[in-house]
Amino acid sequence: MKQSRSKNVAITLFIALLLTPVYWLLNMSFKTNQEILGGLTLFPNTFTLDNYAVIFSDPSWYNGYLNSMTYVAMNVVITLLVALPAAYAFSRYRFLGDKHLFFWLLSNRMAPPAVFLLPFFQLYSSIGLFDTHIAVALAHCLFTVPLAVWILEGFMKGVPREYDEMAFIDGYSFPKFFIKVFLPMIRSGIGVTAFFTFMFSWVELLLARTLTSVDAQPIGAIMTRTIGASGIDWGVLSAAGALTIIPGILVIWFVRNHVAKGFALGRV
Amino acid sequence: MQKIQNNRAWWLVLPVFLLVAFSALIPLMTVVNYSVQDIFGPGQAFYVGTEWFKEVLGDERLQDSLTRQFMFSGAVLLIQIPLGISVALMMPKSGIKGSVCLILIAIPLLIPWNVVGTIWQVFARGDIGLFGWGLNELGFDYNYTGNTVDAWLTVLLMDVWHWTPLVALLCYSGLRAIPEAFYQAAEIDRASKWAVFRYIQLPRLKSVLIIAVLLRFMDSFMIYTEPFVLTGGGPGSSTTFLSQTLTTMAIGQFDLGRAAAFSLIYFLIVLVISWLFFTAITQADKEQ
Repeated sequence: MKQSRSKNVAITLFIALLLTPVYWLLNMSFKTNQEILGGLTLFPNTFTLDNYAVIFSDPSWYNGYLNSMTYVAMNVVITLLVALPAAYAFSRYRFLGDKHLFFWLLSNRMAPPAVFLLPFFQLYSSIGLFDTHIAVALAHCLFTVPLAVWILEGFMKGVPREYDEMAFIDGYSFPKFFIKVFLPMIRSGIGVTAFFTFMFSWVELLLARTLTSVDAQPIGAIMTRTIGASGIDWGVLSAAGALTIIPGILVIWFVRNHVAKGFALGRV
Repeated sequence: MQKIQNNRAWWLVLPVFLLVAFSALIPLMTVVNYSVQDIFGPGQAFYVGTEWFKEVLGDERLQDSLTRQFMFSGAVLLIQIPLGISVALMMPKSGIKGSVCLILIAIPLLIPWNVVGTIWQVFARGDIGLFGWGLNELGFDYNYTGNTVDAWLTVLLMDVWHWTPLVALLCYSGLRAIPEAFYQAAEIDRASKWAVFRYIQLPRLKSVLIIAVLLRFMDSFMIYTEPFVLTGGGPGSSTTFLSQTLTTMAIGQFDLGRAAAFSLIYFLIVLVISWLFFTAITQADKEQ
């Protein structure tokens, strides 16, 4: 029993340390700039929501969140639409070049985004997609699709093929079987995949910033505006940062019971 | 599971193939195209062969940032993997406490990378940040914007904070997959805690650990946004890693040929190291 108590203390301590920087961000977001710069206080003396009010009342601020959410949502939808059939093919069939294709897909996960900055910029400019949400969503597919195929394949392998055969004997067509029978069976896998796709698209900024200028600018790029001629507006910067954490927490809440399984990814 | 040979499965893979080819092959070809040319303006490009590659490989600035990059990635792996494993071992096994732990630990992973940089930029400041202020109060002369060592340690600490949760969660899911019978057998044998870890848990964690090491290596090798926001690569160029050197070259100086050659070398390094690591692991597996 003693052992498990010291374990509990250690894990609590770790989580506390992990959350300290986040606590500090929240703390600052509820302070006025005078208090932030005036001295160190562990809790806001004069609690204020002004910093958040700035963000929610100014369209150029809150549009940043809407832009980010739009391209992330697009990315999740595109990724799942193409990755589901592909993962099914990889989990059920052998076909010409399947192994090479799989590794080629994964190798894109290894490409440093910085390498693709300039070509992406030119590619999307030349087809007239620069500064649109879909451009960022497509660019993010470069690393979300390989990951999604990988995770989904792991989940699909867990479904015995007898189900497929039974459904076909019962007269189901492939699309009908896939949507009505198969997808419900790997619900949790789809949830986990959506979570990872969301996560990697939400946190990325380098590509998102390069491919946009005004209309589809992500919140991360807008945050730099707080650095003005008179110095940095720390309060608003903290509030904007704090707000970016919320979507992630909401999404992980929905998949919390399956996420441990998803982290095991496909087997190597 | 026995797989069926069926080439028509290509139809199911085709959308993925086209999509990834569009966002990977076309840009990659563009990079290759640039890397062998010298471009002065629209329609004024000259074929220069391997000239850029030679120049890039001999460039001291790049060699320096490559060295820094290897040191950083090495330090990241040495700290995060053991720490991640120990956190996973301590996490509650199930129930509501397990879920809450999982979500709290995952929080750093869900924060946009530039915000991660911002959080630490504020947190580590001597005047308004708890961390920097605390260190100064304790008598340490800490200043991450002026002192090279401090800047390095801050970037490293930030990365440990940011990514150890990923290693921990990967290991946690690996641990959950161990059947209870293994532990019961160990108990009957009166195996020590260490023996349980060494002979039951660690071998069973191998596949997730391979993924963790690969992901952490690849991602730390590509790190850009966080140090860019936190230190801007400074003081001097002490925390300028490969991605930042490349981005400055391509976007800042618009040095297309050189940047393209650099990109290809960069990509190759990541590919080769990941492949070497992967082969070494699978080889060691066969010999056992």
